[in-house]
Amino acid sequence: MSAHEPAADPPPAASPAGTATTAPKPEEPGERRSFGQLLRQSVTEGNSFTVTVLAIFAALVVGGLINAFTNTTVLHAWSNLFSDPGHAFGQAWDTATGAYVALFEGSVFNPHTVAALFQQASISAAVHDGYLSAVFGPLSETCVQATPLILAGLAVALPYQAGLFNIGGQGQFIGGAIVATFLGYAVSLPPVIHVIVCVLGGFVGGAAIGWIPGELKARTGAHEVIVTIMLNYIMAYFLSYLLAYHYLMQAPGTVNPITRAIAGNAHLPQLFGSHLRINAGFLLALACALAVWWLLSRTTVGFEFRAIGKNPNASRVAGINVERNWVLVMLIAGGLAGLAGAAVIQGTDFTLNDQSFGTYGIDAITVALLGLGRPLGVVLAGLLFGALHAGAPLMQAATSTPVDMVEVLQAVVVLMVAAPPLVRAIFRLRGGGGSLLVLAKGWNG
Amino acid sequence: MELELKGITKRFGSLLANHQIDLTVAPGQVHALLGENGAGKSTLMNVLYGLLQPDEGEILINGQAVSFASPRDAIAAGIGMVHQHFMLVPVFTVAENVTLGIEETGLAERDGAPSYLRFLAGALKLAGVLDRRRTRRDVRELSRRYGLDIDPDVMVENLPVGIQQRVEIVKALVRNAKVLILDEPTAVLTPAETEDLFRIIRQLKDGGTSIVFISHKLREVQAIADTITVLRRGAVAGDKPPTATEDELAAMMVGRNVQLRVSKTEAKPGPAVLDVDGLTVADETGRVWVNEMSFQVRAGEILGVAGVQGNGQTELCEALMGLRPTIAGTVSLNGRDLTRATPAQRLRAGVSYVPEDRQEDGLIGAFSVADNMVLDQYKQPPFASGIRLNLDAIAANAATRVKEFDVRTTSAQTPVGTLSGGNQQKVILARELGHEHKVLIASQPTRGLDVGSIEFVHRRIVEQRDRGVAVLIVSAELDEIYALADRIAVMYEGRITGFRPPTVPAEELGRLMAGGTEEAPGPGPEAATTEAAPEAGIPGASQ
Repeated sequence: MSAHEPAADPPPAASPAGTATTAPKPEEPGERRSFGQLLRQSVTEGNSFTVTVLAIFAALVVGGLINAFTNTTVLHAWSNLFSDPGHAFGQAWDTATGAYVALFEGSVFNPHTVAALFQQASISAAVHDGYLSAVFGPLSETCVQATPLILAGLAVALPYQAGLFNIGGQGQFIGGAIVATFLGYAVSLPPVIHVIVCVLGGFVGGAAIGWIPGELKARTGAHEVIVTIMLNYIMAYFLSYLLAYHYLMQAPGTVNPITRAIAGNAHLPQLFGSHLRINAGFLLALACALAVWWLLSRTTVGFEFRAIGKNPNASRVAGINVERNWVLVMLIAGGLAGLAGAAVIQGTDFTLNDQSFGTYGIDAITVALLGLGRPLGVVLAGLLFGALHAGAPLMQAATSTPVDMVEVLQAVVVLMVAAPPLVRAIFRLRGGGGSLLVLAKGWNG
Repeated sequence: MELELKGITKRFGSLLANHQIDLTVAPGQVHALLGENGAGKSTLMNVLYGLLQPDEGEILINGQAVSFASPRDAIAAGIGMVHQHFMLVPVFTVAENVTLGIEETGLAERDGAPSYLRFLAGALKLAGVLDRRRTRRDVRELSRRYGLDIDPDVMVENLPVGIQQRVEIVKALVRNAKVLILDEPTAVLTPAETEDLFRIIRQLKDGGTSIVFISHKLREVQAIADTITVLRRGAVAGDKPPTATEDELAAMMVGRNVQLRVSKTEAKPGPAVLDVDGLTVADETGRVWVNEMSFQVRAGEILGVAGVQGNGQTELCEALMGLRPTIAGTVSLNGRDLTRATPAQRLRAGVSYVPEDRQEDGLIGAFSVADNMVLDQYKQPPFASGIRLNLDAIAANAATRVKEFDVRTTSAQTPVGTLSGGNQQKVILARELGHEHKVLIASQPTRGLDVGSIEFVHRRIVEQRDRGVAVLIVSAELDEIYALADRIAVMYEGRITGFRPPTVPAEELGRLMAGGTEEAPGPGPEAATTEAAPEAGIPGASQ
């Protein structure tokens, strides 16, 4: 019984008669506003895109402040604030911006590499010696880092559209990585086919782990958040177990928890030569994002996913099998996270160890959150976080800012995105109102 | 206390929700505010209650201009409001809910108490210990004075809706309300509860309290009001005395003449289409809601199921749609057994369903009008080929249906949740009548709708009957049953207590709705012609 009359219910839409004289004028759908007006409105009213961009900006500011005021040189300069105020502010500014410049150079573009390129005698020499590659190295590294983040982020975003919260990216990643690695070293296949078999194996391995929480929820109502979290532990220990015995997956002749290297035929092809790590895994991630977008917006399957995500009751009444869709969406999501595992093993690592899964499963949640649960958003968020990861080592080397600063940036971005009112308050945006309307709702509404 | 609103104007962006509204509420009067959904009634009352600030105009109390920055100010000025959706804490007792926000601490002072007791009371007051006894006494006192019949110690969640409403009234009275605003108070009540509410309103009126009664139901307004102000599209359309006819009021409300009772010809029933035999339905806890129900709906007739809400009607409809498992009995459509069919199979077999709760079960509020119009057909051509959705076909379908059913929406891409109730119901009807169907099941098809929309929905339903569709209407509104049904089945505690023709007097239906049984129970149209049974049976319906 939420059929109450909202205070702002448009009167014209409600009245069947078209003859009233005192009627307030409704907004004509035909009235076109210029792009500039729309842009200004969307910025001032703080829609989700604006909020996200501002959240990133705010995070950079906060990160810069933290960075500046934890640096000993800066603190020393501040102790002489009154004798030399310019120095204090200058030091703080330099430290904050220096770190970001290094971060940028490590992840997007480094001017020094261009200078080095032009000092080479000839183009062919430059290419051969890897100077050209050095120019594109940072971008390549960003894409490499973004690949698993995008794939695992999609594994969170897709079920999110269907009203499920997949925390199990890590377990599904491990499932995919195990199968892809095993197929990579244990079987021998011709070049292209081997890659495809391993990638498909990664999908299946992840899908199997994703299927479990889906099926349990459909059959017993077990909450997917609990089950996926528990499966993360189970899979992490299962991986340790597999890597503890030579007759399982541990590489022969070693005491370390690591597998043999996968066959060269199973490597994802590198896109721009051997100097750049960027590989077909990145294209796979983009293709998957496109596929998820297509699935959600252009197919009956996606229609059902979105329907059960928005209103499971009405979906059931409309003849949609909600439970079956829960299973299906978790299956596909698990597969996507499994592909992230396959992409890491086949693209860059080539062996599986007990730390291979890193923090991808958790980062995926932040990527999906920042990406607003949409495929394109996940790609952009994945690239952003990929860039942060890619640039961090250079930042640490060049400015001795700890790589943990990247974690701080990520955390602040997510904090801001998760609390839009905070961003609206900081930047004094309008919109997001309706707090009064909330008052008009009761618990039995 | 005399309350006067002068030239109240309230805008939401470009939308004028209230325009130059003047309203005077005399002391000790029931002043009805009549208007369709979205006419600006709730906005006006939210302005009066301090929830919204007017853009223009002023509020006068006893001739003095006042301004309310928040409900707190309005309450202090003696204005109380009972919202359509109650603001109670379900796990608190009645007394706790009543005191919420105005908690008295310490013990009530009693004359002649020894000084050490008074010292103790003061200490408790400082420590913030609640004085429960005092509020319980207040609630009991008010309950007795106005015949509210409320026990202050009962947990609110255990109370029926009608009593919860009285708790809201007591909350306002305890805060010394002199003007009580009731926002659509009867929307959630059974006919009997409505009668009780009216009795309470009259008692409050005699006690000097003014009542602002907001409603879109003509008959109720006529029954209770001393003065009626009609709002239309955010402005005052006029004032009427309660002696005005329903037609006059309806015309003023809608802005044109409306037909309150849809005209229909004699039914020409064909063979039975929907056959329900011994249907028994229980919920998860094992409670039986539908108990061995048997009935048939024939092609070209409307069977109206009357009954007080909560007697298994919801469960009956859900079981008929396959949303609830059947324990025993069969459901068949043109001889085809559908007892174990899924909702999707039933829809494809030719059952159209208009659910009782349109926002919860009928629509996906965040989806566009166009998407909602194919919500149970998106898999079939032309809307899909394989798994691919044909967005053009969905848009084209929406364009025709929006026009055909006169859905007022800015575009077919507008989220359906932003539409008014009447337009939402039109979207559901457009969808359900749009696909191939032999049976139409409609549960409370006009609940919460305004007069104009009710007329529209009723016309469409009768139109379906005339096309040879077997129609099953479930409604708690006797007016609706009388307006539509060719045959009436009365439901009480999961059973049919009798079939009657639409000419049956309301008292007879009321008796059956309260559980009165027939002497010779015999389901089917033949039973409807037998004469009235004696006053046997179980007395006392639900509250």
